[in-house]
Amino acid sequence: MTAAADPAPDGAYGPVRRKEDARFLRGQGTFVDDIQRPGMLHGAILRSPLAHARVVSVDTAAALAHPRVRAVITGETLEQRKLAWMPTLSRDVQAVLATDKVRFQGQEVAFVVAEDRYSARDALELIGVEYEPLPVVVDATRALDPGAPVIRDDVAGQRDNHIFDWAAGDRAATDAAFAAADVVVTQDMLFPRSHPAPLETCGAVAELDPVSGKLTVWATTQAPHAHRTLYSLIAGLPEHKIRIVSPDIGGGFGNKVPVYPGYLCAVVGTMITGQPVKWVEDRSENLMSTAFARDYHMHGEIAATRDGRILALRARVLADHGAFNGAAQPSKYPAGFFHIFTGSYDLQAAHCEVTGVYTNKAPGGVAYSCSFRIAEGVYLVERMVDLLAAELGLDPAELRMRNLLRPEQFPYTCPTGWEYDSGDYPRALQLAMDLAGYPELRREQAERRARGEYMGVGLSFFTEGVGAGPRKDMDILGLGMADGADLRIYPTGTAVLSISCQTQGQGHETTFAQIVAHELGLRPDDVEVVHGDTDRTPFGLGTYGSRSTPVSGAAAVVVARKVRERARVVAAAMLEAAPEDLEWARGRWQVRGDPEQGRTIAEIAMAAHSSLELPAGVEGHLDAETVYNPPNLTYPYGAYICVVDVDPGTGAVAVRRFIAVDDCGVRINPMIVEGQVHGGLADGVGMALMQVIAYDQDGNCLGGSFMDYLLPTSVECPSWELGQTVTPCPHHPIGAKGVGESATVGSPVAVVNAVVDALRPLGLRHADMPLTPANVWSALQGRPVRADLAR
Amino acid sequence: MQITMTVNGVSHTREVEARLLLIHFLRDDLGLTGSHWGCDTSNCGACVVWLDETPVKSCTVLAAMADGRRVRTVEDLARGGQLDPVQQGFAECHGLQCGFCTPGMMMTARWLLDHHPDPAAEEIREALSGQLCRCTGYENIVRSVRWASEHEAAGRDDDRSC
Repeated sequence: MTAAADPAPDGAYGPVRRKEDARFLRGQGTFVDDIQRPGMLHGAILRSPLAHARVVSVDTAAALAHPRVRAVITGETLEQRKLAWMPTLSRDVQAVLATDKVRFQGQEVAFVVAEDRYSARDALELIGVEYEPLPVVVDATRALDPGAPVIRDDVAGQRDNHIFDWAAGDRAATDAAFAAADVVVTQDMLFPRSHPAPLETCGAVAELDPVSGKLTVWATTQAPHAHRTLYSLIAGLPEHKIRIVSPDIGGGFGNKVPVYPGYLCAVVGTMITGQPVKWVEDRSENLMSTAFARDYHMHGEIAATRDGRILALRARVLADHGAFNGAAQPSKYPAGFFHIFTGSYDLQAAHCEVTGVYTNKAPGGVAYSCSFRIAEGVYLVERMVDLLAAELGLDPAELRMRNLLRPEQFPYTCPTGWEYDSGDYPRALQLAMDLAGYPELRREQAERRARGEYMGVGLSFFTEGVGAGPRKDMDILGLGMADGADLRIYPTGTAVLSISCQTQGQGHETTFAQIVAHELGLRPDDVEVVHGDTDRTPFGLGTYGSRSTPVSGAAAVVVARKVRERARVVAAAMLEAAPEDLEWARGRWQVRGDPEQGRTIAEIAMAAHSSLELPAGVEGHLDAETVYNPPNLTYPYGAYICVVDVDPGTGAVAVRRFIAVDDCGVRINPMIVEGQVHGGLADGVGMALMQVIAYDQDGNCLGGSFMDYLLPTSVECPSWELGQTVTPCPHHPIGAKGVGESATVGSPVAVVNAVVDALRPLGLRHADMPLTPANVWSALQGRPVRADLAR
Repeated sequence: MQITMTVNGVSHTREVEARLLLIHFLRDDLGLTGSHWGCDTSNCGACVVWLDETPVKSCTVLAAMADGRRVRTVEDLARGGQLDPVQQGFAECHGLQCGFCTPGMMMTARWLLDHHPDPAAEEIREALSGQLCRCTGYENIVRSVRWASEHEAAGRDDDRSC
């Protein structure tokens, strides 16, 4: 059936059931490890057991003698092809396979290609590597000590472990505001290292066609087009001879943005053997070597008047980037968007300084739905506001309400230069308080305290800047962050939209079909969405930083409107009217004042492909393409309230309730939006209470399996209580703002604030995540521990 | 060694290495890629299939241990072109996002409803607590299983909301 029979001009938005579910429910998804190619070989990576060591020798003879091994690739092999090092997304370099040294436990040392999965693993045991151990730096706070071992002696001129110093805001104005303040509160806090841990690990299948010279890489990538360009730059292959296919992706959360050594090893493997090579890492490899998140050591200072007017904010940050600076973010911002750390408040001044350092830990830093480190900024400001409330003896909700930006202040330029587009913050906070029954919760808390029970209520209010980003300000390795979209309308009126971003579970095949259907009076079922294959889609930077709806979604709207304008000219010819006499109504072009005279997109599409005589200068067909360069970021926000019960005898925390009010502008598919929020809230509970990638003093990773790196299950998560306000984004063509990371950014600090609130009568002022029973108990004893270091 | 097992009602005899894991046998030897491998340590449950009538984590079962036994995977949930109510519930209540954990979740949910047709939300959470989902925060998975339970109790294909 086509749209002609069932125009649905206003029916396309809403909780449409997902198109992609049909295959997943039947076990018919196609994830990278599901791909089989004729003659396919299997790769496996030998990894360093040591965190810092000189590589003296690598002996591959025994592995090569294995009857089912076809190739063993080492750093030396790659050096001959000038592929031993690759550029990172932060303009550093990273070893593909180690040549001189290994710099973190789990670093890639050799790659075996064998006829089957198990033999490849067997052969790893046959490789002999001689290491000369070196002193190790695992604690960022010691990385710049005089005499600390220099990790990156491969970099010319590098004499220490310093990467960068970066600052934002007005130091003098901030100093002045602090000097004039009645009250200053300070706190050191660690946002510890965590890992996104998508349920599908990273992997690739690489296949080089020896006749055409075309390289196809099926890979777990959130950014297939950016990867194609990077492969071309790294391997020296002509870019048009590279095809990246990102098939179904089993969760990304930022973990699948970088190019990993394993992908390149699979590529070299197919070049050497002439056969397709599959490489899929195991869980330990994923946790130990791929992009981690956070590891921010923060010092916060907040200044206020005695009556609770917040004046200024300061932050000093030590950022642990691991052994290679591989943070994935717009190149101009080495600390990502951390400097939106002024949050949702009307401050006079703010200043932050960030110093990045190398340690003998896995590289990464920007991952895990952090909106380019806004997660860290929100954590800092929302902890500081709670500490200030405690200092002033004010209710934390009241303090926030007094200081939130007011609706009439938008567009608002914050003290570090971001222009917030729109919002009604007090309304969102009030709604969250209403949903929670805030006064009743405080009454219950008082009653329980009188009985010696420790219940806590924690709030957070966050503002994100997402949808990177304006080309003038934002690029990744020189690639501007604009997204293309192509839309074809077939003669019978069904449509195919090709987009550059890549779903990892966000439901793009459904949401983007709804966008186009809404603009053209079609049904979502009449719109097919093509994505994830660089040979079939226009260029764009991919899906991370909540940018799909703000950037590619806007591109889909713009291209659909281009189609609509083309259709207007054709409809005018069909109706023998002037184009300017037509109006778009009820999902069709009709003659103004004569609504009986109208044509649907399907009718117009057939005519556009027919022999109908079109006005001079008008092309046939309705197809269109566009590139969308966002004028600004979009600024979703939300108010969260978490209720916990804490047992001070054991330190155990139970999350009883979690209320989340999100404003992400116009919601195209509210069912999908709420699903995104649910997932992010679980992330927040996990980060706050369980998740940490810790290391011992020798640099051994202590979070290398799901036995050690604990993730929340269905029993740690409460039944989420959601609310919404809708403040349309003024510069997005349909007013949407993006929501993919909101809950992950906003929720961890609500949980921490709740736990501290519960235990304040026992003298607790702050405790670092994760608030495991042991860590809470230690903090209560006045002996807080560094959860990211082995005791 | 030679093993014979009945997978989704079809008997398969294969020569395998004694160390071959059941998940790899299903995926690589039989091409049943609906069951996924996620962790190696029996924590995530992406690999859950039924061995005879019991859900197991097939990353920690040797293929040889299934010799002479019956295995049921996600590919066998729909019967005669009709989705199982559990599958319908996941679609109706948005119980999946990336879809990677979904087959394992649904196999456990099917087992739960066969033995406990009307589980409370807390009982569903307990039953699924040995499996991980990184996308949904579990809420809609619980609603999906409740939907299936109510749908089966009503015995009809009505438009029940989540």
